[in-house]
Amino acid sequence: MAEIRAEMVANVWKVVAAEGDHVDDGDTLVILESMKMEIPVLAEGPGVVTKMHVVEGDVIQEGDLIAIIG
Amino acid sequence: MFDSVLVANRGEIARRVVRTARRMGIRAVAVYSDADADLPYVREADEAVHIGPAPPARSYLDVAAIIDAARKTGAAAVHPGYGFLAENADFARQVMAAGLIWVGPDPDAIEQMGDKIRARNLMERAGVPVSPGSREPITDVAAAVAEADRIGYPVMVKAAAGGGGIGMGVAASQSGLAAAFETARSRAERFFGSPEILIERYVERARHVEVQILGLADGRVLALGERDCSVQRRHQKVAEETPSPGVSAALRDRMLAAAVRAGEAVGYRGAGTVECLVNADAGSFVFLEMNTRLQVEHPVTELVTGIDLVEQQFLIAAGEPPSFDAADPDSFRPAGHALELRVYAEDPIRFLPGPGKVTEWEEPSGDGVRVDAGYEAGNTVTPFYDPLLAKLCVYGADREQALERARNAVAGFRIAGPKTNLLFHADLLASPEFAGGGYDTSLVSKLRPA
Repeated sequence: MAEIRAEMVANVWKVVAAEGDHVDDGDTLVILESMKMEIPVLAEGPGVVTKMHVVEGDVIQEGDLIAIIG
Repeated sequence: MFDSVLVANRGEIARRVVRTARRMGIRAVAVYSDADADLPYVREADEAVHIGPAPPARSYLDVAAIIDAARKTGAAAVHPGYGFLAENADFARQVMAAGLIWVGPDPDAIEQMGDKIRARNLMERAGVPVSPGSREPITDVAAAVAEADRIGYPVMVKAAAGGGGIGMGVAASQSGLAAAFETARSRAERFFGSPEILIERYVERARHVEVQILGLADGRVLALGERDCSVQRRHQKVAEETPSPGVSAALRDRMLAAAVRAGEAVGYRGAGTVECLVNADAGSFVFLEMNTRLQVEHPVTELVTGIDLVEQQFLIAAGEPPSFDAADPDSFRPAGHALELRVYAEDPIRFLPGPGKVTEWEEPSGDGVRVDAGYEAGNTVTPFYDPLLAKLCVYGADREQALERARNAVAGFRIAGPKTNLLFHADLLASPEFAGGGYDTSLVSKLRPA
């Protein structure tokens, strides 16, 4: 199980993957936006998205949980 | 001269415009969102109006809220700064329709230059060199492929209504074109509200050099020297200098003359910038775009000319002559050398944003050092706006002295809390490529290989 956490304060612009989706290493899970830059958050290995903790429009802080890949 | 001005912007540029307004005895009105109530520019203005929540669409891009703030405070004029509504012709028209003075060019000039395809066509007709590119907007992949074949690879794909490097991509061959086109189109729709795409020949190993122009109230257009903006990451500028170490005296003369023709072709009034790509080896240049507003990096021009460009904007908007003798080229001829280093809230390696609360902020000082800062200790840098914290500007009698002063100033700038790119600037100033002056827009990728 892998916890995907935010590297910085950001807004959640797009949630790309949904709970139950199979993802591979490097697949985009969500796209964050901070300071006029889009920052894709990627899966770090293959698995299933067991939990998506954010919705579009959320403001997240550094270290906040974004998703769990099981 | 009008007696008051509303500054429709935030951060360092709002503070900088407020400073000149107050020096000239013009009452300065600031506007601010929920996120910016504590910033220095709000306090330093004579008056400040809260215009909405943090997201730009509901505050700094809210035309009705800004015009309402001007009415409520009795402001006579509106200065847009850069970004946000600065190049929005409809905003300029609404400002004027409300009986306010617009500190900027005619809305028609903004519109003509805001459409990059129209601007290229207009410049070509005015005798300004342009690179091979599309004369009509490209709206689908098939048309993009046909156009790129005609123009020749590599090509740059970008939003016709765009700016700030957003969504721009290079395609070296047909295989990369579809992806570059789709990226540019989705960004174009999202950020600029128009899916129209421009394709032009990508100039490799070019320098990005721009000319500062000033369209006077009497219709004359002056060129106040150039700025080299080749130090870029993600097609966005990080450091600028003037004069450009890659531009000879003869090339400079031709660029400045072309920039004046560009301004005259649109009846330009006020401060504007003609951006070009320069092939230093061939001694040639092509028009890239015109920015119809004050530029972020305007301080380097101010440092070498001794001219306050915001003051000229106010004078021109009021229909008055500039503060210097426009008939005497010696009164606006640049002397010495100046650098600007953009201090961004981002890490110095990957350049990823790092907002946060500012726990320590100590600016450098010394001969030739000017800091245009948007923040101070105790402020919070939020993720809602661009990452510019401050502009560290340095003047020297020559390039060598400017570089030496810049190295000391970077070492003396202390910011804790948000991430900063100060270490990148230290590396830049220490690099033989930058110090040697023979660099191009690929410099940052050489200093920070992926």
